[in-house]
Amino acid sequence: MRLPLLALLARGPAHGYELKQDLEQLLGSAYPQPNVGQIYVTLGRLERAGLIEGEDVEQSSRPNKKVYHLTDAGREALRAWYEETADEPRVRDEFFMKLALAPQTGLADQIALINRQRRQYLNTMRQLSKLAAAEDRDNRISQLLIEGAMLHLQADLDWLERCQEELEELQ
Amino acid sequence: MSERTAEVLRAEGLVKTHHGEGAPAHAVRGVGLRVAPGEFVAITGPSGAGKSTLLHLLGGLQRPDAGSIWLDGECTDGYGEARWAVERRKRIGIVFQFFNLVSGLSVADNVELPALLAGVSPKKARAGREELLAELGLDGKERSMPGELSGGEQQRVALARALVNHPPLLLADEPAGSLDSKGTREVMRLLSRFHARGQTILLVTHDARLASAADRVISFFDGRIADDAALDGGTPPRRAGTSGVLELKD
Repeated sequence: MRLPLLALLARGPAHGYELKQDLEQLLGSAYPQPNVGQIYVTLGRLERAGLIEGEDVEQSSRPNKKVYHLTDAGREALRAWYEETADEPRVRDEFFMKLALAPQTGLADQIALINRQRRQYLNTMRQLSKLAAAEDRDNRISQLLIEGAMLHLQADLDWLERCQEELEELQ
Repeated sequence: MSERTAEVLRAEGLVKTHHGEGAPAHAVRGVGLRVAPGEFVAITGPSGAGKSTLLHLLGGLQRPDAGSIWLDGECTDGYGEARWAVERRKRIGIVFQFFNLVSGLSVADNVELPALLAGVSPKKARAGREELLAELGLDGKERSMPGELSGGEQQRVALARALVNHPPLLLADEPAGSLDSKGTREVMRLLSRFHARGQTILLVTHDARLASAADRVISFFDGRIADDAALDGGTPPRRAGTSGVLELKD
């Protein structure tokens, strides 16, 4: 959450609740709603790290709100973030270890493991399809987020299929 | 519920071996299957697993070496070529990967032809065609020839043709197999829509996204059913699931 908040503040000063709304609007209802408390905690940490500064703004009938802006160090951190490429997605390592070790334990059948895992992926895929259908078609960022998740899942399902092809031959 | 609620489709002990050059290919090796009215079933599996052969057997496009098929509780063992052709007009609609439209006929004629062959009056055939084409967003394309349409449009025409006689069962063989991502989503949306209205659908696909539109997924490996799972679409068992997949990590 730290760097996305910095990125949102690059445009100009904002308070915590505005940042939550900005994130929701950008990513759509498909994205798990950011918890406002978590946003305030993160903003506090960013301030202590000197990446942002907060200013109390008085409001007539409500408690003061804190408006944050990016510091030079914050802008630098953000720039460094954009310089780096992101890590590759990982093969589902927990499942892979289960699968690889199953024959030695005598506790699980590999094909049964694959079938169960496939059911879970397919159910998740179905939920993602429903989300995509329910989400605003014009929110491209949100649609791309869901499509990305579906394509990753599709790759995992293809890989399960390969595992099944190879391992069934051995049985 | 009466005990005699017939499945739209039932198969027992289906076997099909292709004898080409080289070793015989055991495409379907003892498959039993029941599809209830209103179900949307997807069959997935790697290419060469025999899933298309299975669909061809179920649509009477090929004959099994062993086993039987029942349509609405009626055994098809004695059906010949002509009888299957009639069933494919009345009881079974089929869409294929490569659309298989008649290239020399207009969109309107492609859709109306099966209705006319089934003995529907020209007036009714036309009304049915108009309704379906409008529904599928193909207004104004009646006079186009199939070759003038995009792949996605051609598949929608094929869908209209398959559904024009209101068959109780729709078979779809890789219907998005030659479409891009947008066309795939379109096919998925349309199948879901017809299913929501009660259309029974049996879909063969290698695309898990398409399969996830179904409420039951059969995994087909090496000529056999490896798994048959109802997709409940309910909450996944653990914290991960959808939100875990979507959550962007810091």
